[in-house]
Amino acid sequence: MSDPNPLTTGSKPDKARFVIALALAVLAAVIGWEAWRLAQIPSYSSVGPAAFPTLIAIGLGLLAIANAVEAMKGMDEERPRDEPKPIFWVLAGLVGQIVLLPFLGFSIATGWLFAATAKGFGRGPIWAHFLAGTAICFIIYLVFAKGLQLSLPAGPLERLI
Amino acid sequence: MDTFAALSQGLMVALQPMNLVFAFFGVMLGTAVGVLPGIGPALTVALLLPITFKLDPAGSLIMFAGIYYGGMYGGSTASILLNTPGESSSIVTALEGNKMARAGRGGPALATAAIGSFVAGTIATVGLALIAPTIVDIAISFGPEDYFALMILAFTTVSAAFGSSVTRGLTSLFIGLSLGLVGIDLQSGQARISFGVPDLLDGVEVTTLAVALFAIGETLSVAAAGSRAEEVIEPVKGSVFMNKEDWKRSWWPWIRGTFLGFPIGAMPAGGAEIPTFLSYALEKRLCKKPDEFGNGAIEGVAGPEAANNAAAAGVLVPLLTLGLPTSATAAIMLAGFQQYGLNPGPLLFATNPDLVWGLIASLFIANIMLLILNLPLVGMWVRLLAIPRPWLYGGILVFATLGTLGANPSLVELGMLVIFGLLGYVLRRYDYPIAPVVVGLILGPLAEQQLRRALAISVGDPMVLFQTPIALTLYALAALALFGPLLFYLITGRKAPVGGDED
Repeated sequence: MSDPNPLTTGSKPDKARFVIALALAVLAAVIGWEAWRLAQIPSYSSVGPAAFPTLIAIGLGLLAIANAVEAMKGMDEERPRDEPKPIFWVLAGLVGQIVLLPFLGFSIATGWLFAATAKGFGRGPIWAHFLAGTAICFIIYLVFAKGLQLSLPAGPLERLI
Repeated sequence: MDTFAALSQGLMVALQPMNLVFAFFGVMLGTAVGVLPGIGPALTVALLLPITFKLDPAGSLIMFAGIYYGGMYGGSTASILLNTPGESSSIVTALEGNKMARAGRGGPALATAAIGSFVAGTIATVGLALIAPTIVDIAISFGPEDYFALMILAFTTVSAAFGSSVTRGLTSLFIGLSLGLVGIDLQSGQARISFGVPDLLDGVEVTTLAVALFAIGETLSVAAAGSRAEEVIEPVKGSVFMNKEDWKRSWWPWIRGTFLGFPIGAMPAGGAEIPTFLSYALEKRLCKKPDEFGNGAIEGVAGPEAANNAAAAGVLVPLLTLGLPTSATAAIMLAGFQQYGLNPGPLLFATNPDLVWGLIASLFIANIMLLILNLPLVGMWVRLLAIPRPWLYGGILVFATLGTLGANPSLVELGMLVIFGLLGYVLRRYDYPIAPVVVGLILGPLAEQQLRRALAISVGDPMVLFQTPIALTLYALAALALFGPLLFYLITGRKAPVGGDED
């Protein structure tokens, strides 16, 4: 729960920030490669589309090094441990919404998002939250799609009206 | 006086019944989101952008400004009664305010925060009205190289002011700048960093990024914290009115806070947090009863709250006169202007004086509304805090995806929302600030435009960037912002006070 992770204390190198440094290096490489590609395209202007990406790639590269150096120094204070299960539920809600949206429409897909998020925060039962969430989202759909003319994806439920 | 003619013209705009309704709606919503944990003014304005697209620009911008000011008021309520600041610039308020609430003096704490915010907001808005035309006059003569230097200054100050180290701030900034590259380059028509995905050709939407980083990132990190983040709400006991001594002890801190907050907010120096720390330190030193500090000294609430609100008005100076956002909320408001095809900056004062001055005048009205609404309704705001967190965050995610779908009903957009939400979680988890990402995304393309314009005029000679006195001054300030904390550390042996995050 809230007990600190004993593996990440003291002045040991900060593994997480090494990973971040690595990710920055990869991003720098991608943007640098893109800048190189753009530089090959002949351009009539003296400063083409490649100039700014080149600067950013260099900056990212330097920051990758800086982050790696700070990671070597270890962390100032220990981080409390995060629980993976609630994160899983919230992500399941978000991804589930994307999957359900094209078939079942806004209300049902977003009702699932609401239920899964509530579950992630420890509030069940999931089916009751799903029903209540779907009902609320249907009202939201009526207000925003009909009242404010936002184009929200419709499903079987929304086609009833 | 020109300014007063313009301001009274603006007052006529702001007093139109429809705009009063927008202002009222804005301050109510702003106070509510300021009180609630997890949502701040930046996120609220971002969520409202797609919905207000079809509304009148002046009305929507007045509403956004109301949300901005209301968020500051609401934030102080949350930090006094909950000890969890609703937004970062109220962190200091929580120090003394919550102690006062625990000692049964929650009422006077809320009152000095509200009245101090009103005093500071009013003085600072006058300052904004007086100083804006002068800056506009100077800014008219800015060349592209000066604008580029100005943006470099904004980049460095935003990165240095937020977060726990300059490396972290700059990392966040460069992530934002990288995202700003995505899409078709407007000058050459080349697609960049788009990997052939058609949805990416238009670039990354500011609203999608902001909503993902703030709403989804925050939800993920609160969920992950689990039972670690339990909170105790202090009930408001006793009278909400301040006695004579409270007034006497609050008056000067309000004024001092205002004069600390406004200039710091108005410099392109990022955020409302730093002046609140400075004001707290100052009041602690000046207080006649220093032993009360740490146990609920009213000066420690009055000063920082005034500084906070004065800085909030100050942030609008670079935003309106130069188009330069120095906080996350200001960045989103810039996106709000852009959605109506308006570009804040010196030209906007010439082309849309009614809108700009109407907006400035509406700030006075928002302030009065907040003062009148806040104290009698404090019971209602406190009840908002009692919403169970599963429902609160469930609702936040529903509205986050609703806003994104409303702006662009595409599954790729929702997918980006999830990916950026995870990014927001990782940044929070490892203590990287959020605001520079948003500022980088918005200002990156503008900076590139100015850079290429400057270099096109000089036919590619980079020395043109360092030739005007204005640009050189701005670079000097930028260097100071980057290395200032280091100097501060070397001279005083203490770590420089840094701001928290988001709003």
